[in-house]
This record gives sequence, C-alpha cells and structure tokens, in this order.
Amino acid sequence: MIRFAALFDAIDRTTKTNEKLAALVQYFGDANHADAAWATYFLSGYKLKQLVPTKLLRIWAAEEASIPSWLFEESYHSVGDLAETLTLIVPPGEGPDDLSLSQWVEQRLMPLRAMEEVDQRDAVITIWKQSHTQVRLVILKLITGAFRLGVSKSIVTRAIAEHAGVSSDVISHRLMGIWKPTASFFQNLISKEVQDTIASQPFPFCLAHPIDHELGPECIGPAKDFVAEWKWDGIRGQVIRRNEQVFIWSRGEDLMENSWPEIESAAQLLPNGTVLDGEILASLGENQVLPFANLQKRIGRKAVSNKLLKEVPVVFQAFDLLQDAGEDIRSQTFSERRQRLEQLLSSIDHPNLCCTQLLQGTTWDEWAKIRDRSRETNAEGLMLKRLDASYEVGRVRGVWWKWKVTPYTIDAVLIYAQKGHGKRSGLYTDYTFAVWDGDTLVPFAKAYSGLDDSQMKAVDKFVRQNTRESFGPVRSVAPALVMEIAFEGLQRSPRHKSGIATRFPRIVRWRQDKKPEEANTLAELIDLLPSIE
Amino acid sequence: MNNFLESTSQGLYCIPGDFHIDPHSPVERAVVTHAHSDHARWGCQKYLAAKPCEQLLRLRMSPEAEFRFLPYGETLTVGGVRVSFHPAGHILGSAQIRLEYQGQVGLITGDYKLGTDPTCEAWQPVRCHWMVSESTFGLPIYRWPSQEGVFQSINQWWQECRDAGKCCLLYGYAIGKSQRLLAGLDPTIGRIYCHGAVEKGNEAYRRTGIALPETTYVGSVAGKHDWRGTMVVAVPSVHGTPWVKKFGRCSTAMSSGWMAVRGARRRRSVDRGFVLSDHVDWQSLLTAIDACNPETVWLTHGYAASVARYLVEQGRDARVLDSRGRSEVDEDAADEVSSNERANASIDPAPGEAKTP
Ligand SMILES: [Zn+2]
Ligand SMILES: [Zn+2]
Repeated sequence: MIRFAALFDAIDRTTKTNEKLAALVQYFGDANHADAAWATYFLSGYKLKQLVPTKLLRIWAAEEASIPSWLFEESYHSVGDLAETLTLIVPPGEGPDDLSLSQWVEQRLMPLRAMEEVDQRDAVITIWKQSHTQVRLVILKLITGAFRLGVSKSIVTRAIAEHAGVSSDVISHRLMGIWKPTASFFQNLISKEVQDTIASQPFPFCLAHPIDHELGPECIGPAKDFVAEWKWDGIRGQVIRRNEQVFIWSRGEDLMENSWPEIESAAQLLPNGTVLDGEILASLGENQVLPFANLQKRIGRKAVSNKLLKEVPVVFQAFDLLQDAGEDIRSQTFSERRQRLEQLLSSIDHPNLCCTQLLQGTTWDEWAKIRDRSRETNAEGLMLKRLDASYEVGRVRGVWWKWKVTPYTIDAVLIYAQKGHGKRSGLYTDYTFAVWDGDTLVPFAKAYSGLDDSQMKAVDKFVRQNTRESFGPVRSVAPALVMEIAFEGLQRSPRHKSGIATRFPRIVRWRQDKKPEEANTLAELIDLLPSIE
Repeated sequence: MNNFLESTSQGLYCIPGDFHIDPHSPVERAVVTHAHSDHARWGCQKYLAAKPCEQLLRLRMSPEAEFRFLPYGETLTVGGVRVSFHPAGHILGSAQIRLEYQGQVGLITGDYKLGTDPTCEAWQPVRCHWMVSESTFGLPIYRWPSQEGVFQSINQWWQECRDAGKCCLLYGYAIGKSQRLLAGLDPTIGRIYCHGAVEKGNEAYRRTGIALPETTYVGSVAGKHDWRGTMVVAVPSVHGTPWVKKFGRCSTAMSSGWMAVRGARRRRSVDRGFVLSDHVDWQSLLTAIDACNPETVWLTHGYAASVARYLVEQGRDARVLDSRGRSEVDEDAADEVSSNERANASIDPAPGEAKTP
C-alpha cells in the first residue's frame, strides 16, 4: 500500500505529464499483477461502492479526536475534502503496513460494506490506529468512494503500454467495457498476444478538438479536405451488434441498458459484427432535434414509461462505422467508412437509426454562414472531419474539430460567494451571479472558473471586505462587481429563482469598466431562450 | 476589555501605561512581541521589546526611532503597569508580554509555539488572570509532525535533488523560518545559498549569538554558476519570478504550517510542501492555555471563533478579540504568512443556516 500511496503522492505533487507518466511506469514495473489491476481500476476512475456511510465516519472521527461534531464540520469546511479531513483530524497511528493494495482492498476494505455498524466502527478505528497520514489518506479516499487522481485515462493507458511493450491503442481497447480488477485481467491486458474481442466491448472514442474562436477554421487547413456536420447536443454513444445481441455504450463508458428501447430494437436489424458511432438525440423526426433538456428526462430512469416514449422520442444519428461485417475498419479513411455507413443504414431503413446529414458547402465562408444558423436547429455548431483520416483513439489533433457557435454572454452582478475546493480551497472563488429584474437582482448562474490567480485573489479580498451577511459558508456581498458570463445554452427551470437554467456557465472576463446598474436584465436573458423548446 | 486594556482600531492599547501592543499602524509608544512586520510596525516613535529581539528590530525599523530592550523576565514599570517579556518560542527574540496592574496579571502571547527550536529560547508558561492568545492554526486538523522528521524529509529531498542534478529552492519567511530551516539543514550534502533578505536575517541572528551553518549570499555569486546540488533558501515572494531562472533545473519547496492541507500546498504550486510552523497547533494551543490557566482568554488571528466556542464548551471563559481595525494585508508578504492566507485565516463564517441561492 505504501507504494500505491507514494504513487498517489507523486502524481498529486506534479502537474507535469512526463513526471506523472514516469511515476506510473515505475509503479506498474514494481507492482504485482493483482495490485496493478486494482491500481488500473482506480486510476481509470472506477470506485468501490460506498463502504461505510460518511455520516458515521464523521462521527467516529470526531470521537477519536475528542472534538464536538460542529468542530469536525468546521474543519471539513476549511479543508474542503472529506477524506483529507478524516485523515488529519484523527491522531496519527502507527503500525506495520505490510499489506499490498489488493490485499487492502480485498481483505480489509471490501468486507466493510457487509459488516454490522459496531464491527465497521472497530474496523475503521483499527485502520486509523495502524495508518499514518500518507497511507491513511488513500485508504479513506477509497472508503469514501472519493478516490480521484489528476491523471487522464490516456496517460494511464500510455504508462501501461510502455510498461507492457504493447501499443497504446491495444491497451486502450482492452480497457474498454466491463472488466474485473484481477491478476489474470492485468496479465491479459499487458499480454503481447492478440485476443478475441469480447462481444460487448466498444472501441475507444475518437474525440474532437475545439476550433479557437479568434483564429477561425482557416488554421486547420483548406475546407476541401473536410466535411461538415451539425454538432448536436445529445449523448455520444456506440451501438454494437454482435452475437445476436445489442449493446449501447455512452462515451463515459457506461453500458446503457433499457434506456433507449427504440434504438435497441432498431439495432436488432443490423448484421452481427457492426459497431456504429453516433449521437443519441431527442428528435421529432428528420432533423427536428429537441434541446438537451428533453433528453435529460429520459436519463437515469430505470424503466421508460410509454408516456415518456411518446413525449420524448429518440433517434440514434450515426456518423461513423467502426466495425463492418466483423471487420475493424477504423484504419480506413473517413470517406470510405462513410460510404459503407450510408450503404448499411439505407439497407436497414429504420427511422430510429439514421445517418447524420453532411452539410453542403465547399468553403469556410459557406460553412460559417450555416454555422451561424446552428441555434435555429438546436445545434451547438459544426463538426468538421478530415476526409482522408482514419478513426483515431482519443483527442488526436487535426482529425475531428468542433466549431461551436460563439457562446451566449450576459453581464451579471456578483451577489454571493463561497470558498472553493481543491486548488481553490480557502479562497472565495465560487460565485453566484444575478441579473436585474426591475430593481432587484435575481440570481441565475453559479460560476467558478475563468479568472486568473491574481483576479481570484482580488475578488477574494473584495468579498472579505464587502460581506453583508453570512449564511453558513455562503456570503452575500455588496452588488458591485460585474462579470461577463458565457454559457452554452439555456432552458426554463422552475427550480431556479430566475426561472432559467444555464448550461456550463463560466466567467469570460471581469468587466471592471461596468457599473452594476449596467448589467443585463432578466428580460434580456429570457430573450435568449430557444424558439423550439 | 477590562480596566487596563482596550482593543482599538490601532490594536491593543494599555490605558494606564499609555502604550500600544503590536500596533497596526504607527503610534507614539509601541511595545512589540517580535520583529515580524505584522507585529512591529514601521514608523512608531518608541519601541520596547525583549533584549534578544534587538538585532532584528533594529534591522527592520527606522533608525530614527527610539529603542529600549529588556532581558526576558526583567520588569519595567510604565504608568503603574509592570511590563515584562517572556520567551514565546516563535522566532529569535519573540516574547509574550506580561502586564501587571493593581494585582491583575494579563498576558499577550503574540505569535508562539511550543517545543524546541535551536534558533530561539523555548516558550514558557506564564500564570495570569487573563490572556490574549493567537489562534492562527486553531483547528484540530493542524497537528505538527515532529521537527526531526520534517528535517529528515527536507534533507532527503535535498539529497535526491542533488543526485538528480537539480538545485533546491526552499522557501521560508526572511526572518525566523529561514534561520530555523538553516539550523536543520545538513551542510554535508552541499553548499547553502541565501536570498538577500534571508542573508540579512542570518547576520542579525549570528550577531545575537545563534549558530547557523555557513551560507553564501546569492547576489555575491557573479556570472555563470553551477547551481546543481546546492540549496537556496529564499523568501516565498520570489517564486515564479525571473529571479529563480538563474538556478536552472530546480525543485521548489515551501515550509509552513499551511502545508498540512493539500489544497494550500497546491495553491502555492511548489513541488514539495513541508509542514513546519512557528505557531501553536491545536493541541499545543490547548496545552498552553491550560498551563497559563487564565480566568478569561481572548483569541485572535485565524480560527478564533472556533477555538473560543470550543473552550466555552469546555467550561472556560473564552472570547474572540475584536480586531476589526486590523489590516488584512501584510505589507511584507515575504515574511510571515502571505496576505491571502492571513485573510483566509482571520475570518471565519458566522454560524447560521446555509441559505444558498
Ligand atoms: Zn510572527
Ligand atoms: Zn503574526
């Protein structure tokens, strides 16, 4: 466990990719297969289901530290991280740590879930007594299900690939889908021999790079090398048809079962050995795409009611074909794949399984004009794809580009502030912004990114000096600062005071040139709502 | 506060003695606990401090001011108030100020820590009727690891950097922390260099008779120099500035009590954070208050409200010292804690129902 805790430390300490990579490669070199499997599992973002209710952990920690519970909560508020608070607040333990990561997880952590509360308590206190800070933090992060490390999946994949001497693409593919963190899994993962594809296993997704608004698309090459499609705001997914079965995966690598019955039944018509890449969209028919809010109603439901099926019909708009008649065709060019995709889908001819439309145009100017109309069709902009490129793994530059419409912006007044977490912990960096409704300010968005460090500090100072009231961690401040807030979209929401919810609000700039009374109004915000809701 | 001490916008004021203690702005007569800039303000006419503080105070205050220094434990009577200084263990010459007036004994701790420090005299408890204590790190998450262990990690880090051909940049406040660090470094690993502000502090320490390992002023090194394997002790404000470029490949570290929390460590964006503080942690704060056993304790700095509430629940008369006049900005951010940490530490959200929009 010490080795894994040291890896956690080493990665936590640095922001440099090559140092993270080096630490990972070293770890995989030193660890046995069972440990490496668990490490891969956690580093890929998988978690153990909560082992012990955090409410109990807080109580026991306060007891062990001989402090009242309010003081625990204040400490937590100051640290901003529960596992870290639980680590720091209990007096340090000592004791041998000769168990490895897999032994810890399998022998000491996983059994916690099934235990009675009294036994859980004993077990947790023993863990506290036997662990010092470094190891304890990792253990508590695993227990609370909050283990997260600042390392991307592609770096983990590269590290395993480098350790194993197998290409990253192969490792990446083998890490897709469902697997159990066992020694034999890891052995197969790093094996140099080719394995058969598991029926449900999706391919790693090819991701798009954003086009810089200032630079425009000219910098990516001549328009004739590309095709353009609408960039929809839906759920990216792969539809897999193998061994008479259908699997639908999200980009977050969740197997979505029973959520999209109309797509599943359409996919039954596909021949075995087919993998489609595309977007799940709420849609009233040919290109009548509905805003994402509609799709949200269908996410997270155990079963989809008939009423909902009628209210929010969905389609799968395929834009790529990765496997055709059992053949992995990812190395073919976009044009070739597209041709095969069109052929395949026209042979099925099902309304819930369609092909994205390629937008007419041959110059950037023509596409720019089309892009300007994105919002009329509820699209977020255009996708530009290189005609002669193969289907790449991850965010490879130059292959796929997303050219979004310029975001909406509103000048708003900062009215509440709260301390941030993580890197921003201790500073007032989480803000709530308001717009004018008559002479009152109505909050409409929370944002916590977009300012640089010195601005963050300046706002922090402003908050401290201009606090009107404190409500727990939240402070209301004098309405004086105006900031330009950008967001990707907006929808009606009865849960918000303003009646409007914004998507991905963020701070574009601090408008030091503007007085609060010059901020925008609620009416101006409502004007931005889409015409088809 | 009581019949002889008042909390004013300029800081604590002793009414019968007509002097301020650690004033926030220039006053006529200042009695100061130690030479850090948030305690000893520039521009006062007269300063009274502990004798071992002399070199540091003269270094930092205007030479035109009038100074007087008292050895630890000796008493001076000012306007009927008996004033004496007692070791605070914070930095060289740091003192707790004991005031006695009409049979009442008050104690102002200034900044202090318990435990040993080779560069200053150790804290001693002073029995009193009331006490003003700092509570910069007054939360139970702050628990200082052993000093030996911390120095071991620092020296190990230096060794690893040396072996990797890197230069070590270790940040600490110009006076106090830097010298404590120097005293703990293992000079057999390599040569030690210091930033100008640190080197000035070193001289004052050496003049006072504190032994420090040999150091070289960075500015005295001319031309191209091979910095690999060396240790450079500098003030935190140089981090990320062109000044550090000359050292080539280096590893940076901050030493401070705030480094106990990862968020603070990350905000500093240094490679390493060593938990080394010259303030009391939670447990030693409670120990100190029990040892001085005052009838009333006033808390100031940091988590004063939390500490006061905890003590009240333990049956002690504890209050938060209202220090609204206190500036949240440290003019000399290179010393002591930086202004935003100070600001962060000195305000705590008022209790109440969370009402999020
Ligand atoms: Zn100090
Ligand atoms: Zn201080």
